[in-house]
Amino acid sequence: MNMLVCVSRTPETTAPVKFSADMSEYDGSGVNFIMNPYDEWYALVRALEVKESQGGKVTLFHVGGAESDAVIRKGLAIGADDAVRVDAAPSSSMFVAKQIAEYCKANAIDILFFGKETIDFNGAEVGAMAAEMLDMPYISFAIDMQLDGNNATITREIEGGKEVGEVQTPFALSAAKGLAEQRIANMRGIMMSKRKPINVIPAADAADKATVVKYAYPDAGGDVVYIEPDNMDELVRRLAEEAKVL
Amino acid sequence: MTNHQDHNTEIVKSTKTDRFQGHDYYNVDDLLTTEHLLVRDSVREWVKQEVSPIIEQYAERAMYPRHLVKGLAEIGAFGPSLPEKYGCGGLDEISYGLIMQELERGDSGIRSAASVQGSLVMYPIYKYGTEEMRMKYLPKLASGEFIGCFGLTEPDHGSNPGGMITNIVDDGDCYILNGAKMWITNSPIADVAVVWAKDEEGKVRGMVVEAGTPGFSAPEIHGKWSLRASITGELVFEDVRVPKENVFPDIKGLRGPLSCLSKARYGIAWGVIGAAMDCYDSALRYSLEREQFGKPIAGFQLTQKKLAEMITEITKAQLLAWRLGTLANEGKATPAQISMAKRNNVHMALEIAREARQIHGGMGITQEYSIMRHMMNLETVLTYEGTHDIHLLITGHDVTGLQAFK
Repeated sequence: MNMLVCVSRTPETTAPVKFSADMSEYDGSGVNFIMNPYDEWYALVRALEVKESQGGKVTLFHVGGAESDAVIRKGLAIGADDAVRVDAAPSSSMFVAKQIAEYCKANAIDILFFGKETIDFNGAEVGAMAAEMLDMPYISFAIDMQLDGNNATITREIEGGKEVGEVQTPFALSAAKGLAEQRIANMRGIMMSKRKPINVIPAADAADKATVVKYAYPDAGGDVVYIEPDNMDELVRRLAEEAKVL
Repeated sequence: MTNHQDHNTEIVKSTKTDRFQGHDYYNVDDLLTTEHLLVRDSVREWVKQEVSPIIEQYAERAMYPRHLVKGLAEIGAFGPSLPEKYGCGGLDEISYGLIMQELERGDSGIRSAASVQGSLVMYPIYKYGTEEMRMKYLPKLASGEFIGCFGLTEPDHGSNPGGMITNIVDDGDCYILNGAKMWITNSPIADVAVVWAKDEEGKVRGMVVEAGTPGFSAPEIHGKWSLRASITGELVFEDVRVPKENVFPDIKGLRGPLSCLSKARYGIAWGVIGAAMDCYDSALRYSLEREQFGKPIAGFQLTQKKLAEMITEITKAQLLAWRLGTLANEGKATPAQISMAKRNNVHMALEIAREARQIHGGMGITQEYSIMRHMMNLETVLTYEGTHDIHLLITGHDVTGLQAFK
């Protein structure tokens, strides 16, 4: 089973969100970057479990500069066999999806793993785009995957419930919480990761179809006003006159 | 039982999130490699998941969270800088230090368990044991299948180990071991003990004694107000027959045990930075959230003095540890340099725990915060592995050439 796990580099969850002075770019200076948790905790670990139960190979795939190698090394330390890094800035979802698709066309992949979204822009686009370019079935928000030979039974989260479907390899899925349990890299894994290759390849041509014009901060939240439960008239008055929602 | 936690109830993981964040005022991280950061962050994550949610309850009940041994082994905390051939990590000394830092950020008792196993049991077996001994014991100690302990200190010989009375007498294919050791971390649950005893010539020799050997017992020491989540005991030897192949062949004199202590002290110099950072991190957050006289107490000069001095001292300790680690990687860290770092950093951490306790006010004495536990733990750390005063005399000896121990 050849598995490709697509991983993103993202600011850690507690990092403050800053932009350049003209609000055109995200400012990552002084920010600690991590592997996107959905990619690491669920997608990568489920791929490793498949490898452990029925053999195969787990390759990490990443689009980004050399600054991403620390994040990739973590994936190798957790257990991936090797990694491919497309040496280019991940300028848009379309650009990244195109890189993945081009790689998969040249290398037979049985299961293509994504996290359900990346916690910076929360776009949840790349997986679907890449699967479309490859004409591959795409199962998003997977919370369980059972594999029997080339047949997979996948449970995915849907609004208000779950959906269970069957699919044959090759396919792509995006991993949600529940698909696997987070693993922590151990010292032997960290040592072994030094001996695993990160293959750096040039980017395939791909035109960005979207460009970011500017970013804006959300409005600051207002003050909280406590109103006693026996003073509903005051609540109604405020909703009507101040919030103007009634 | 009204106000007290019922000690008979099952311990369940607290759902409170461990909000700890590391502090790096001087960008010391820039001096570390990708590997170092991976090591540190992995252990930090493990501590947040496995240690923080249970440690207060185990400490309160004075119980050793033995189930953590497996996790400590899996993450690679036992002998991380020994060769991979023996099931160990093959990491460098800075990585080892960072592991100790993160474990002690959780609890000094957990760090002690790893220190003893790695530096005081596995290291001497690796350094002084035969290849047969290494292959027999190291993989089992690395995997946590075996727990080890280290017997040097005696009831009447603490700072003066050379006065030890535990001894061995040649008896053909065995030595007969007699004596007693005191303050031995992990002894009641240990599968193997590395024991130091005088031979018939009065030379200190080291040996591995297996649990279950007739005449060997390890009663537990109760009633500690410090390192309560760590198990401590004695080692008692009454005509214990130790096979000659279990005795380290070539090392004679105090140099053997002292070299192990240097390893452990090195780990402590790093470890206590973790405890200090945990106290500072908690105090900083608490002082920003806690309001008095209409503003956060962090806005008052006396609180800022405490916080500013804490981060200054932590930063100095980090640089001392990093430099010591770099020297250790080059094989150049002297025992006296290690003494200076152990003494300085433990005292630094204890002072920070005390100041942090004040910032937390009354909350600082409760289990809601880790402060009081760290403070009580650090009182032990100030004394074990060479007391605060003895380390001062080591530095004094080193700079003057004059010994002032006796």
